[in-house]
Amino acid sequence: MKTDELVALLARNAEPVPARDPSARVGLAMLAGMAIAAALTVAVLGLNPRLGRELALPMFWVKVSFAAGVGLIGLLAVRRLARPGRAIGGLRAALALPVLAIWLLAAVTLLAASPVDRTALVLGETWRFCTLNIAWLSAPVFAAIALGVRAFAPTRLRLAGAAAGFAAGGVAALVYTLHCPELSAAFIGIWYVLGVLVPTAMGALVGPRLFAW
Amino acid sequence: MAPPANEERLRQLLLRGLAGDTVAYNAFLGETAAFLRGFLRRRLVRLPDEVEDLVQETLLAVHNQRHTYDAAQPLTAWLHAIARYKLVDLLRRRSRSDALHDPLDDELEIVAVADRDAQDARRDLDKLLATLPDKQRLPIVHVKIEGLSVVETAQLTGLSESAVKVGVHRGLKALAALMRKAP
Repeated sequence: MKTDELVALLARNAEPVPARDPSARVGLAMLAGMAIAAALTVAVLGLNPRLGRELALPMFWVKVSFAAGVGLIGLLAVRRLARPGRAIGGLRAALALPVLAIWLLAAVTLLAASPVDRTALVLGETWRFCTLNIAWLSAPVFAAIALGVRAFAPTRLRLAGAAAGFAAGGVAALVYTLHCPELSAAFIGIWYVLGVLVPTAMGALVGPRLFAW
Repeated sequence: MAPPANEERLRQLLLRGLAGDTVAYNAFLGETAAFLRGFLRRRLVRLPDEVEDLVQETLLAVHNQRHTYDAAQPLTAWLHAIARYKLVDLLRRRSRSDALHDPLDDELEIVAVADRDAQDARRDLDKLLATLPDKQRLPIVHVKIEGLSVVETAQLTGLSESAVKVGVHRGLKALAALMRKAP
């Protein structure tokens, strides 16, 4: 087939096509993934028995804001990376913002604490499980986001995979607050951040295969 | 650097095409093919036989991904990203990155040089088309090659009208996937 014939073929009877912003599709995917991850948290891990009391504590909401911030900034990055020719520019710095904020708070808390208490602030009671739990909870969220991204045309596949993993990690961390009893910024700054980084790295790893078109 | 004069005209053609003006869309794809050829020929100096195949593959990608063009975005940035992606994809597939002479970072260049001298493509699209399943192949043959309407194609094939539309859409995506595999 000659290129002119291909041009004619593609144009013939071409239906009108509305421009589609990836945020609606990917945002919905994130919500669907979040529902699955929340159900898994309740069914497999169980609710934090102290959750009712913790809702009144500012640190609980700091934890929630950190996770939600990671998810939202991740969604913005995915939205840009899902279409050809969109630079992520300033978003690159914004991606680090929630992490830097929690580290700052962690540093202040640790400096203010007496040396005896510092270990407890960093390790809490559940440091062994936190990262692992956030990582596996992010899997269904990542799958949902990836399906959404595949309806578009990312051209920087590794970066798009990492952004999708980052967003999925944020959602998983948000859902994990239903189970997690920890309220120390130092704990969140280490184990939550690692929990987000695992799916980010996995996303970067599978992005080139998953998103090729 | 100001966007080239071609940018705005080409962009208007695409926007009218996206709104359903097939004449404007045909003109957009025709000009885009010439620009892609100019852009790719200068970057595939050592693989001249690949140029027309890649022009066709990129053109099909532009068509399949046309819903990802945001009217607020420069058309050059969008086209360049697609052409660059398809070029790098080809070179990776061939793992002959030495054929890549020039840096690929000047996106404004994509609509700078038109090349209307099409060589024959080596890859036979008709043969690839023939390998698609009927529910994709028949809608493409009737709607996109013979120019029948969706309603006429539905009556002729016994498929529903939405199945015809979906068949065209999925068939062209499947064709793009086949092009990546077929050398």
